[in-house]
Amino acid sequence: MTRYVRRFSRTERTLHWANALGFFVLLASGLVLYLPSLSVLVGRRPLVKDVHFWSGIGWVSLLAAIAVLGDRRGLVRTARDVDRFGSDDVRFLLGRRPAPQGRFNAGQKLNTVLTAAFTLLFFVSGMLLWLGERDTRFRLAGTVILHDGLMYVSLLLLVGHLYLAVIHPATRHALRGITLGTVDAEWAARHHAKWTPE
Amino acid sequence: MPDAHEGKPVGRAVFLTTVAAGVTSLLWGRGVWSRVSSAISPVESLVPLVPTGGWRIYTVSGSMPRFDPATWRLEVGGAVGRPAALDIHELRALPRVDQVSTFHCVTGWTVKNVRWGGVRIADVLAHVQPQPGATALRFVSAEEPYDDYLTMEQAALPDVLLAYEMDGKPLPREHGAPLRLVIPDMYGYKNVKWLKRIEVVPKEGTGYWEGYGYDQDAWVGHSNGYGT
Repeated sequence: MTRYVRRFSRTERTLHWANALGFFVLLASGLVLYLPSLSVLVGRRPLVKDVHFWSGIGWVSLLAAIAVLGDRRGLVRTARDVDRFGSDDVRFLLGRRPAPQGRFNAGQKLNTVLTAAFTLLFFVSGMLLWLGERDTRFRLAGTVILHDGLMYVSLLLLVGHLYLAVIHPATRHALRGITLGTVDAEWAARHHAKWTPE
Repeated sequence: MPDAHEGKPVGRAVFLTTVAAGVTSLLWGRGVWSRVSSAISPVESLVPLVPTGGWRIYTVSGSMPRFDPATWRLEVGGAVGRPAALDIHELRALPRVDQVSTFHCVTGWTVKNVRWGGVRIADVLAHVQPQPGATALRFVSAEEPYDDYLTMEQAALPDVLLAYEMDGKPLPREHGAPLRLVIPDMYGYKNVKWLKRIEVVPKEGTGYWEGYGYDQDAWVGHSNGYGT
């Protein structure tokens, strides 16, 4: 009989999947705007632009709403977790073992931090693109390169994330945590030894 | 919660560094990128899906005009003695010019060394006898309601042409088939695609993007908030 422990709260899971949904909608509509072959295939650029813009606004608003209406104290605790890197985290990132990990391993912390930074940069550069089309004072030579570059690095991060979450045997059990909320207690003890589930 | 207080606040440092790098890249990103993209341009030709130094296709209406050689005409009218309508064969029969120039988009991307083939505007205007006193040309796109203007002097710059070929092939649909304006010294929005009509007018009017506050004289590097 497998014993399960709670790893992710409902707020955290909602936040994760809202972020994923927003990312994929924005990626799809953004690629139609960006890749000539898709632009020609789909056409209707003004409509796709509107979809992209309003999905972006919706994405950020949704994330903010979930954070505000959800378990705020839990999120603050998680943020503190993600912020702190100890000597075991450095060992973990360097591939040295043993390197006992907390609720998040060092790679997951980095992924979270980078994803948050990219989200902010996506939003800022996207707003500048939108405003720059309306007022030249908001137009900067590097905006479109930043926005496109973020897409490339986010895709790399996403591919790594999907590999570890879905394929890699040692970590794929975590998928259960982000969908159902709970993980195998034995797996948690092995991979997140310093974490004491509540 | 022993974990929460262990270690150093590396997460916020990484977050702030990434955000700072991203925000400042608005100023330095373009220079670095142009060096990177010219370094990897040989690879790019093998992987056409990734438009690193390449084109983006901007349109303003719901669908892209389609070119039908049987019905397409370039109308040339306005303040002229003898309006004309040239089909694609008549246009191609005019003296041909070839040039290599760089295309700059006002949003910040650039395509280097585009090979254009086409005709000079003067050779088209020779057919219609523009009236003295007309100072400008209106270029009307089949993609409604897109249009833009050049002064006669701008249209007579030595590297301005009406292009029907791009990189050795007939101008592709997404680049304005069968005919587009090319004025390399000005940003892309002046380079009207899907040309269907050129009007000789007394003076410049307000083009499509000028209606949204873009500069009338779209000199690359010296307009629209750049280099001013």
